[in-house]
Amino acid sequence: MKPRTLYRKLVDSHTVAPLDEQNVLLFCDLHLMNEYTSPQAFAGLYEAGRGVPMPGQNVAVVSHIIPTHPGRTRVIADPPSALQASNLKRNCETFDISLFDTNDALQGIEHVVAPEHGMIRPGMVVICGDSHTTTYGALGALGFGIGTSEVEHVLATQTLGYRIARDMRVRVGGRLAPGVSAKDLILHIIGKIGAQGARGHVVEFCGPAIDALSIEARFTVCNMAVEAGARGALIAPDAKAINYVFERAPEIARNHGPAATKAWAQLRSDSGAVFDAEFEFNAGQVSPQVTWGTSPDQVAGIHERIPEPDSLAEGPERSSAERALKYAHLEPGTPMEGLAIQHVFIGSCTNGRIEDLRAAASVVRDRQVVPGVRAMVVPGSGAVKAQAEREGIAQVFIDAGFEWRNPGCSMCLAMNDDVLGEGVRCASTTNRNFEGRQGRGAITHLMSPAMAAAAAVTGKITDVRQLGVEL
Amino acid sequence: MSYTSRIVGKAAPLQIENLDTDQIMPKQFLRGIDKSGLKEGLLYNLRFDSQGTPRSDFVLNQEAYSDATIIISGANFGCGSSREHAVWGMLQYGIRAIVAPSFGEIFYSNAMNNRLLLVTVPETTIGQLIADASQPLAEPFDIDIETQRLRTHSLDLPFEIIPRHRRMLLEGLDSIGLSLTYQEDISAFARSHWAEQPWLRDVAKEVYGRLN
Repeated sequence: MKPRTLYRKLVDSHTVAPLDEQNVLLFCDLHLMNEYTSPQAFAGLYEAGRGVPMPGQNVAVVSHIIPTHPGRTRVIADPPSALQASNLKRNCETFDISLFDTNDALQGIEHVVAPEHGMIRPGMVVICGDSHTTTYGALGALGFGIGTSEVEHVLATQTLGYRIARDMRVRVGGRLAPGVSAKDLILHIIGKIGAQGARGHVVEFCGPAIDALSIEARFTVCNMAVEAGARGALIAPDAKAINYVFERAPEIARNHGPAATKAWAQLRSDSGAVFDAEFEFNAGQVSPQVTWGTSPDQVAGIHERIPEPDSLAEGPERSSAERALKYAHLEPGTPMEGLAIQHVFIGSCTNGRIEDLRAAASVVRDRQVVPGVRAMVVPGSGAVKAQAEREGIAQVFIDAGFEWRNPGCSMCLAMNDDVLGEGVRCASTTNRNFEGRQGRGAITHLMSPAMAAAAAVTGKITDVRQLGVEL
Repeated sequence: MSYTSRIVGKAAPLQIENLDTDQIMPKQFLRGIDKSGLKEGLLYNLRFDSQGTPRSDFVLNQEAYSDATIIISGANFGCGSSREHAVWGMLQYGIRAIVAPSFGEIFYSNAMNNRLLLVTVPETTIGQLIADASQPLAEPFDIDIETQRLRTHSLDLPFEIIPRHRRMLLEGLDSIGLSLTYQEDISAFARSHWAEQPWLRDVAKEVYGRLN
């Protein structure tokens, strides 16, 4: 048999039928839904009189519109948003779909909730009406985002008409230096290959630096692969990944341990498998990264300067840089380090997990948020929040002057009431620095949790490695 | 919905790279449970200033482009968020086709599912297409799906479109209906898939049950 990539193995093992040369009918093991990209899909089902044949493979979470103010009971004050939540509940009840509702103790961001309870398993196909579904590649599951028409298609058939992607391999050698995280690595990669560098491809990450990452760090890498345009991201599951799943889904270990371990051992690219594109990076050369523009590939190392557009190739790259600098009120040639910020946001499906909060807390401990800076932590889920409270991390943030809030997507896309004002500059652990993403005219600088924490306690973009913290 | 195989109309030049779906349809327009009201939100921050006044310098606000049905734009158009609202908004505004060197992947599928035509052209032709679109009084743009050609007063370009999408555009394929013709295959697939990997069956329900 011809050697296959991990990606092609996953497509092959989920192909119900080929549709034509480029498309297959793909079986979807798990479909996650949220309140804002699913309503019109359910409406389509009602209209056509269609049902959901496999409700047990579907789950929903209220994640995007939910307010994150501290407090026990959460009330969605905005009437249209409240309607989205109640509508999701009604739809889930109608079709017998499990729902993590507004006041469920385990509610959170869909991409944090699903893996932390063992719902994501190696070898799965996982889809969701959310672009950051690429996250699940960290466990050797093929995850990708879909639109609402496709949400309806999956609900009605548990399959998708799927256009097969090309294969890309990104090998990362070396090892990340202390104070440099998975977020810095993926921002660095996106900066080098560009916001559409992986368009049309599913990216398999491999190499010693990837092997050395924790599973949560791998989630961060795969999560942001979509910012390079990737249709999916994968990391072959190793013992670390298998243990992660067994710990969170003990019933598999108990009932199917050897069979699962055997099946998951096959989930790697065959030697000799051909990739359509390949890149190599050295993790040792990556420094803490900060974005300066309005696309995630407009990024620089902390000790670099904001580029002179004239130094960039004439054409799209230069015109984008000019446009971004105008939006972000930045002068070419300004050093990244020292840029004053007014807001800090720690959270999101990229960096809202317990390890992210631990990293940020280690920087914040015994320090204070600079007066005039508003800093908030929004844990990725109720479980992450509870764990951080048990570990004393929450208190570290509170003592330092951070707002310790309830879980949700929050200011990553500002669909709820966590919205920045015009001209406010934010150090953010999220995934997109698009124009207006965190609020009209607001300026987003993407960075790691440790770097965002350093910005909070210094009031400016700072190299966290110079704060004398053990990282 | 009826559909012709040709789109002939005025093209608006919108030379922005990586025009993401957050810009195409900002967050405040995503709060509905139906598809209505998205015309207003299309490209909102580009069309309107912070007071809600139309920006006179924005192309779609100019009289000469008030009837534009085609947008010419930069690479990676529609990247970012999966929100299909961006496509619904385009159609509600009256846009029938978008011409760019490349498109965000999810946006591409969303457009095809709604029969918004996306025409991928070489990066090297975009300069001329923008120049042609910048002469709103010249001959209209003419996009023919049957022959897969895009014509302007100065260019005649072939474009690629995969057969499945061509069919979706021309015939309005009911893709759910089509997939449901595979119902027995899907059930048979699921049975054997779950026999091999029993831990994948009812995964959402089982985990939810364990937690509650």
